[in-house]
Amino acid sequence: MSPLWVAIVAVTLANAAIKAAGPILAGGRELPPRVNAVIALLTPALLTALVVTETFGGDGHLVLDERALGVGVAAVAVALRAPVLLAVVLAALVTALARLLG
Amino acid sequence: MHRPLTITGARKINTAGRGSEGYLAGVRAGLPFALVEGLVAISFGALASSLGWGVLAPIVFSVTTFSPAAQFAVAAVLGAGGGVFAAIAAAVLLNARFLPMGMGVAPFLEGGPLRRALEGQTILTPSWALASRSGGRFDRAFMIGATLPQYVAWTAGTVVGVLADFGVGDVERLGLDVIFPAFFLALLMRELRSGGKLTIASAAIAAALAGALVPIAPPGVPVLAACGAALLGLKGRSS
Repeated sequence: MSPLWVAIVAVTLANAAIKAAGPILAGGRELPPRVNAVIALLTPALLTALVVTETFGGDGHLVLDERALGVGVAAVAVALRAPVLLAVVLAALVTALARLLG
Repeated sequence: MHRPLTITGARKINTAGRGSEGYLAGVRAGLPFALVEGLVAISFGALASSLGWGVLAPIVFSVTTFSPAAQFAVAAVLGAGGGVFAAIAAAVLLNARFLPMGMGVAPFLEGGPLRRALEGQTILTPSWALASRSGGRFDRAFMIGATLPQYVAWTAGTVVGVLADFGVGDVERLGLDVIFPAFFLALLMRELRSGGKLTIASAAIAAALAGALVPIAPPGVPVLAACGAALLGLKGRSS
């Protein structure tokens, strides 16, 4: 098997196992309140980390570029109670424009 | 884009209201992301072509794995001449976030362990985020529905990208790479509005951890480590 196919099979199996693990381990029974409290805080923690890494993450370092501008515009839009879809489209537009002009 | 509909949260409530509305609402909510993922998939297919992966491998990869982050990571590592184990490790690290996500969704899935494991396969970051309701609850049908169009678009986009050679740079030129962070930020702001002090504190710690780790840790690790901020939940009542 070529390295590419080894990678495809391995990543597919690992991915399925990771996705199955949480539901098997944590489902089907009442969890202690403290564990539930941790799980509830996973959402904001994960979302924040994804925003930081996908907005400022470069090739092994933090970068401030057009992405920050676009995401910033989305933040303002959401703060002004714009629908999420509008905010997301604005982010892409502003980023594309900034790259075009930059 | 949507306000939480009825909260089909805890399982007892969930089984009571099992219509198809939840799935359909999820499909509708997933459509804009399917559009974006279709475009990203085209660029993945084009990238795979340019690396000499042939036609079958990238398409099989998309059908079986359906993970933009992991697939791009494998392409990046192998494309840069890296070893197969480095490629696998990068993909696994990136997708390790599905473990905490799966634990969060777990209480709201249905059936025994096998059924829950299968339903867990529909966890995708956008679907998971779309289906999250305040207080750590999840709308199971909404998540499954939202994943459906994204899966179709990801697979179809890969086929298009492999067959027709588009430019990989177009995704960035059109600013499509900020769609996901902007979307996650919008959902985060919703969480912060409805959450208490602990929610804000855990988000702040997660931001600091992720930012500090990006320069020194391999891709995927910052996001995973930032999940540690949720341990704040041990300190007191969650909001």
